[in-house]
Amino acid sequence: MTYGGKPAVDGLSLEVAPTTITAVLGPNGAGKTTTLETCEGYRRPHEGRVRVLGLDPVADHRALMPRIGVMLQAGGAWSGVRADEMLRHVARLHAHPLDTGLLMERLALHECGRTPYRRLSGGQQQRLGLALALVGRPELVFVDEPTAGLDPQVRRTVWELLEELRSDGVTVVLTTHYLEEAERLADQVHILDKGRLVASGSPLELTRGGTVATIRLVVTQPFPPGAPESLASALGPTTELVVLDQHSLQVSGPADGSTLAVVSRWCEDNDVLPESLTLGQRNLEDVFLELTGRETAL
Amino acid sequence: MTGTFAPAPGAAPLVRQVLAQAGMETRLLLRNGEQLLLAVVIPLLVLVGAVRGASALDLDSQHTSVDVLTPGVLALAVMSTAFTSLAIATGFERRYGVLKRLGTAPLSRGALLGGKVGALLIVEVLQFVVIGAAGLLLGWSPDFSVPALVLAVLLGTAAFAGLGMLLAGTLRAEATLAAANLVYLLLLAGGAVVLPAEAYGGLGDVVSWLPSGALGEAMRAACEGTVAARELVVLAAWAIVGSAAAARWFRWE
Repeated sequence: MTYGGKPAVDGLSLEVAPTTITAVLGPNGAGKTTTLETCEGYRRPHEGRVRVLGLDPVADHRALMPRIGVMLQAGGAWSGVRADEMLRHVARLHAHPLDTGLLMERLALHECGRTPYRRLSGGQQQRLGLALALVGRPELVFVDEPTAGLDPQVRRTVWELLEELRSDGVTVVLTTHYLEEAERLADQVHILDKGRLVASGSPLELTRGGTVATIRLVVTQPFPPGAPESLASALGPTTELVVLDQHSLQVSGPADGSTLAVVSRWCEDNDVLPESLTLGQRNLEDVFLELTGRETAL
Repeated sequence: MTGTFAPAPGAAPLVRQVLAQAGMETRLLLRNGEQLLLAVVIPLLVLVGAVRGASALDLDSQHTSVDVLTPGVLALAVMSTAFTSLAIATGFERRYGVLKRLGTAPLSRGALLGGKVGALLIVEVLQFVVIGAAGLLLGWSPDFSVPALVLAVLLGTAAFAGLGMLLAGTLRAEATLAAANLVYLLLLAGGAVVLPAEAYGGLGDVVSWLPSGALGEAMRAACEGTVAARELVVLAAWAIVGSAAAARWFRWE
């Protein structure tokens, strides 16, 4: 896929197993939405092959559409339509829709059912978008940024709903900016950067691959002048030391325990009183930042 | 699999989809104040204004009698709904992603168009009831040819709807709004829709080839019990050209 000659998604290859939650993760402009829209048949790949439920999203559009649910990132409703009216309308276009009242309640939309779409808050519009994707009881749903900008408790409600979908036999593919969302929900995570797949695996597989340990040291008094340099030379060239501020620094080195011993001995020798000394476990965020570059702001 | 969300996918039968879409579009059209202004208020003002104005100025010529003006205003009503309202509504549906959303709903293009045509015809019937009643109160005494009337309305709707979809599918929503209103005003003033083509003197020959002039003439003939064959052919030609161009150039996003 290219936009104006610049590849948006290039040489992407991934598979999604049935009744799982797959997260497509990446910074802005990584190609997440383009990937989804290609699966939904809105875009035709310039090369390569896309099959969704065994069908070609473009050639078999009519056969595929009833079987999938699509949540758009924004919009998708008339400005004057009421929330419950829109959901009932889309329900009527399907053969065996869900009960719309139940869905409104599950997504905490029942109180704004009579509100015209243009007066719904961003979060309400988003949840209505999710309801519209689910009401036709699809086998597979594509959800684009399902919880962007939602309150924490509403986000949790959406997460529980997505987990319930999976246990009821629905396959979920979601894009997200939120690493904790991917870490909590996803069976498989695919990290995209600049249109390329840079990593795939379960959250556990992605975070485990640790040959590097991270140690964070926080001290009670500001570091004396020259202290970080002396620690760096004590640690040797295999480790990386980053001074975070006057009271804290971070050391990344071989995950063999010796690094921790060196740091604590250095504290003792230099009369530095640690406030906390933590051995970091990598989380998805560390993996993500390593892969997509530290300059990337999420 | 069991559970609330256990998959049971499938599209509703085509007829149910078309009816749902037509009902939805009709409700939205009737709920919208600007659209109602265009659909009912302006045609009524034109009708009452022209009939009253002509009698007050003692201009009761053959071009301004209520029997000529009422069918012309009915033609205007068809134009306002099938062209201006349809173009504006569809332009904003594109802008707001409604067409994209309904496409996955899954509403096929055929069902979407069927729904739109259904909504247009429902609104036109309502317009005809209101405008016809006003005309009768003003002394209109029509002598309908029902087949001619039905043909004129259907072909006129098809001609203007094709052009409206072409506009909505190729321009931005704001540009569609401006262009659809401008064209409506220009045709109202100079398109031989309310007044017959003869009233335009030398220009009459030109404007009678416009969809507005052809529809106006076909409606006037139908309300006098005759069939305006040439005008119906002109409308059919516009319908074919407009729909083909819309099918070719309409962009869904």
